[in-house]
Amino acid sequence: MTAPMRPGISACPACSAAPAAQALAHQDTVLEARIALSLPTIHCAACISAVEEVLNAYPGVHHARVNLTMKRASIEASPDVMPDALVRAVGAIGYEAHELDAGTLSATTTDKAGRDLLMRLAVAGFAAMNVMLLSVSVWSGAADATRDMFHWISALITMPVIVFSGQPFYRNAWAALRHGRLNMDVPITLAILLAVITSLWETSLSGAHAYFDAALALTFFLLAGRYLDYRTRAIARSAAEELAALEVPRAFLLVDGQETQVPVAQLAVGDLIRLRPGGRLPVDGVIVEGQTELDRAMLTGETVPVFAGPGQAVCAGEVNLTGVLTVRATAVGQDTSLHRMADLVAIAESGRSRYTSLADQAAKLYAPGVHILSGLSFLGWYLYTWDLRTALNIAAAVLIITCPCALGLAVPAVTTAASGRLFRRGMLIKDATALERLAQVDTVVFDKTGTLTQGTPVLTNLQAHPAEAMAIAMALAAGSAHPLSQAIVRAGAAAGLVPAQVHALQERPGYGTMGQWQGQSVRLGRAAWVGAQAGAQTSAWLQIGSAAPLQLTFADNLRAGAAQAVADLQEQGCNVIMISGDATPAVAALAAELGITDWQAEALPAEKVARIAALSVAGHKVLMVGDGLNDTAALSAAHASISPASALDAARVASDIVLLGADLAPIAQAVQTARAATRRIRENFTVATVYNVIAVPLAVAGLCSPLIAALAMSLSSITVSLNALRLR
Amino acid sequence: MEILVILIPVSLLLGGAGLLFFVWTVKSNQYDDPDGDAQRILSGQWDDHPKP
Repeated sequence: MTAPMRPGISACPACSAAPAAQALAHQDTVLEARIALSLPTIHCAACISAVEEVLNAYPGVHHARVNLTMKRASIEASPDVMPDALVRAVGAIGYEAHELDAGTLSATTTDKAGRDLLMRLAVAGFAAMNVMLLSVSVWSGAADATRDMFHWISALITMPVIVFSGQPFYRNAWAALRHGRLNMDVPITLAILLAVITSLWETSLSGAHAYFDAALALTFFLLAGRYLDYRTRAIARSAAEELAALEVPRAFLLVDGQETQVPVAQLAVGDLIRLRPGGRLPVDGVIVEGQTELDRAMLTGETVPVFAGPGQAVCAGEVNLTGVLTVRATAVGQDTSLHRMADLVAIAESGRSRYTSLADQAAKLYAPGVHILSGLSFLGWYLYTWDLRTALNIAAAVLIITCPCALGLAVPAVTTAASGRLFRRGMLIKDATALERLAQVDTVVFDKTGTLTQGTPVLTNLQAHPAEAMAIAMALAAGSAHPLSQAIVRAGAAAGLVPAQVHALQERPGYGTMGQWQGQSVRLGRAAWVGAQAGAQTSAWLQIGSAAPLQLTFADNLRAGAAQAVADLQEQGCNVIMISGDATPAVAALAAELGITDWQAEALPAEKVARIAALSVAGHKVLMVGDGLNDTAALSAAHASISPASALDAARVASDIVLLGADLAPIAQAVQTARAATRRIRENFTVATVYNVIAVPLAVAGLCSPLIAALAMSLSSITVSLNALRLR
Repeated sequence: MEILVILIPVSLLLGGAGLLFFVWTVKSNQYDDPDGDAQRILSGQWDDHPKP
């Protein structure tokens, strides 16, 4: 009954950012600019007033307001106020702040559908309470004119409310019927309408039984289920949007030697783009000027940086490490190599959409059964008594009793409780059926770079070299933003070394750093540059004078909780596999460290998909955990998928669950919670069925009064909700 | 039982007023930041004079 909802797939951040960028461009024409900041560390009244005070005092800011629930500040300011200046201003008083792309976020502020549902729920609740009070007096003995008056008042309240509040069900039912299908909303609609019509008829004939309260209670409970369902998804959506909005898509365009900051969506083929160290390429292109090393881990899984110089073609998504680059764009937006991944994703995606949720499975069994049962009791009673009124009354009673009130609550209540529990542990459930699919998993496939490892290198052989050499290496590395250099500085500082006095420091982007130490020339950089033979391991080389170069080796740092997650999953009986695009020695070493016996190195994106497809064909339910672009297709092909928050936008979109923290340990707990949640859903179905089994024979026999219907409905709904709450 | 003639309309009116009040709170964005509103009331910033 929960309609399968899937976010649109975009394999390139630039394309999904295009509407956002257009929104930004539009704002430039307005005098007021809207800026959003993410404030992850605020938590109290003092934080709110401190941040608001600073922001409101900033020149050019018209209005700033902090939202503590979303840990966000929205600011209205004149267009010349730069967001990074505000980030620094807030940072100066000790609060971490990040700019959010206001265009991407705007969808969450106008949450019309949620309000609409809440309004219908409130109206139905109000009416149900009043009619229930009137019904209680009828059940407790009001007779004759008083009873008729109470019934008429109930009818007056019920009619407009049923028309207004029940609309979501009528629309869904109509949509299903028009396509010749049955869903949970068809019996719901039929039950509500039949109950109201027979009750009106009974009331006009001064009958004793009216089901106005049942029709309203039904609407109220079912709307409550819908609203819970909606809330869970809205929270996940807004958090996912916030992750996307954190990457503000801007590029530096070179026009006549002048740099201007423009939205990525405005770039065209042939534009010259300047890319500083640490920046991610927004387009495919050719290097016109500059030398550097590129980090391609997000695209291929390789951890060793690649040298790049003029004339070389580069792909969107690669990260510039050392030098300043000027790139001429050869493909932008939809045409970039990033976007070509989308084809693979689309193919893989079609496999998974065949999953039928537990609720849908139940609806398939349930809806025809209910109609047949009600139709048969109508026919039976009509043939037995030849009285249309009695027959219709009994048919209505059967429909109301069997109406999937508890079934409508069974799934959303459990999903809300489970998602809330996982959210507190830092997991964001994006897809409605993700929990059910996660519960079935028996094989877990991990990507290596950026998933099991942090993607930041650590120096491994500090002790193998003389302290003096390391001091020189530290001095040479200190001036560079290259990840390997930073690893040397970190390792040296941790070992208590002091950088040596090196003069005439000079960085050669793409090669390394050189300088003068005690009259000798010293170099730290790539193997070829210092005259050494490059090996398979990630390494930098240090040459002092004309001596033989020293090899500094690096290993990728394990992500926190990776070992625990793997061990826990294996303990739960899952088969753990590692598939990486990285070189064999690095993958083998990590597999040995984590105790993974089944691993595959140097895998292309298509090979990852093929491996997962083969596992699925063999009857395994695969959970894919990955972060790179090369994992995107595999993420969509798997039965369920998880990606860390540090993953590329495309990978996050393709996966069902996003891991908000840096720790991997919650993955094993999530599988456990998902299994518990699915067990609760099944229990809830059983509970609802037991109530039906008791009440349906009464209804068919014509012994069911409105009082019994109300009791059965409320009791089963409350039991189901309480059972779901046990998950918290 | 004539009292019902007064009591039922009164109860419906009061309930309806509550419903309208709730609709107003939803329409004026009062559920956007429940945590923030809970904390803001503790702030002494506007104790002496109202926010301009």
